Amino acid sequence: MQGKLSRFNITALVLGFAFLYLPIVLLVIYSFNDSKLVTVWGGFSTRWYASLLSNHLLLDAAWVTARVAFISATVATVLGTLAALALVRYTRFRGRFLFSGMVFAPLVMPEVITGLSLLLLFVAVGLDRGFLTIVLAHITFTMCFVAVVVQSRLMSFDRSLEEAAMDLGATPFRTFIHVTLPVILPAVVSGWMLAFTLSLDDLVIASFTSGPGATTLPMRIYSQVRLGVTPEINAVCTLLIGVVTIGVLAAAIVNKRRDIQRQRDEQAAAQAN
Amino acid sequence: MSQASAVTRPASEASASHGPGGTVLSAILSRLVIVVPYLWLLVFFLAPFAIVFKISLSETAISMPPYFPVFSWEDGLSGFWENVKELSFANYLWLVDDPLYFNAYISSVVIAAISTFLALLVGYPMAYAMARAPSSIRMVLLMLVILPFWTSFLIRVYAWIGILKPEGLLNQFLMWAGVIDSPLQIMNTHTAIYIGIVYSYLPFMVLPLYATLEKMDFSLIEAAQDLGCPPISAFWKITFPLSLPGVVAGCLLVFIPAVGEFVIPDLLGGSQTLMIGKTLWNEFFGNRDWPVASAVAVVLLLILVVPMMFFQRAQARSQEQER
Repeated sequence: MQGKLSRFNITALVLGFAFLYLPIVLLVIYSFNDSKLVTVWGGFSTRWYASLLSNHLLLDAAWVTARVAFISATVATVLGTLAALALVRYTRFRGRFLFSGMVFAPLVMPEVITGLSLLLLFVAVGLDRGFLTIVLAHITFTMCFVAVVVQSRLMSFDRSLEEAAMDLGATPFRTFIHVTLPVILPAVVSGWMLAFTLSLDDLVIASFTSGPGATTLPMRIYSQVRLGVTPEINAVCTLLIGVVTIGVLAAAIVNKRRDIQRQRDEQAAAQAN
Repeated sequence: MSQASAVTRPASEASASHGPGGTVLSAILSRLVIVVPYLWLLVFFLAPFAIVFKISLSETAISMPPYFPVFSWEDGLSGFWENVKELSFANYLWLVDDPLYFNAYISSVVIAAISTFLALLVGYPMAYAMARAPSSIRMVLLMLVILPFWTSFLIRVYAWIGILKPEGLLNQFLMWAGVIDSPLQIMNTHTAIYIGIVYSYLPFMVLPLYATLEKMDFSLIEAAQDLGCPPISAFWKITFPLSLPGVVAGCLLVFIPAVGEFVIPDLLGGSQTLMIGKTLWNEFFGNRDWPVASAVAVVLLLILVVPMMFFQRAQARSQEQER
């Protein structure tokens, strides 16, 4: 029965996707608007992109954000992968319930609570707020997303491969590096990307945990947005959307290719047997 | 197991890595897999909550169980604490006395519930259509749902300002089309918040729904229809009950963060909309009242604990099923 879409189904899809994409498309279109009035079309122009290049506040903020996102995503990927391994491989250890709770809760925790609580922690231990505190905060909330992504991949993992490696004398560590890691690598990479974009996006947690020295791009955008919609902000947003879209699509294509390759290999192996 | 098999394997490489030192090392390594993320989350996720509790409730602060030996409570905090202790008991009374907070909690829960319901209304037909779509385009549709989730939350909310404001694109369009004569006031109303939440959280609703609907056996529907059941009642009697796990997961994923949402009510809701995330933010950044902000956070957390436990149980159950 699957494969035929009724008119109702098609309408639902068209309306749903229009709702999801129209605002973004309009934002992108109006970033090329020559008029200073954002909602009045004044002809095509790229002048807002040019004026971005001389906006040092935004450029500095973008640089801070890029560094925060890169460092926190990398550490979060290591920690999140470990957390996923712990959850999938060790079904029994003391405090597992608490552990899985701590991994899943940040996924739905309102950001204001996470931000406030981390800030109070940093104040309590006397850590100066700034670049480091934003990184620590971002590692904490993004590692849980990495853990969930890697975990779902680990669940479908064929453990007999690992057992074979260990039977052949590989230590658990070597088994992990040579057998497990290559298989879960696509999930680890997409976990890293997810952590990177989440860190890139975050306004609330960064606002709580940053100090005077470190302002991230979302914080800068937010403070300008509060004053009203400007074409320059549209241009920044368009650039960000572009970067993220290209990254996600590239990753999807690479993953798809790898899947196809793997299927071919498996088929070849099956035929050889 | 690995000890025994190492004997059968003559390769020098294996024996080199397999002395007693290697076994100890891998035992330590496998312990680290649990310990490192566990400690990180204890320090940066759980301990901060303890501090929030402490700051909002001075009595419990003294009898706090020493879960977290990472800090020594005495040294960084002394002066800070003394002030907080004076204030903190009043904080909860303050929350109870001032109707502002009570109303903010109520309206947050109501707004989140209405938005969740609307997201279900929009998301269910989409997820259903995706599950029924030919498998060749299903991956593309899935990608299309996930993609907006990757683009910045702030940007997506910001995009609606240009559309919804009185001289914005929606009003321009409606007036051009002759539907209305004067601009609608959508910006700075609850409607704008509903639109913002549904829009931002729609992927969270669609994905779990799709996951359950995709696994459903649609021949059940055919069987029901063959037996004379009209399509609509077949939907309510078969499809909907079977998709209930997805409905629950989707609704929780939208509802819980929406209750504490800050960006959407702040940018789209205007100054007169009360939502607790905004109240907390203003208390903290505007009034610089950290203890009251902590008390607000504690109560918000208490409100969300029950749905969060539901969420965790649902997660655990779906994991068990996949095993």
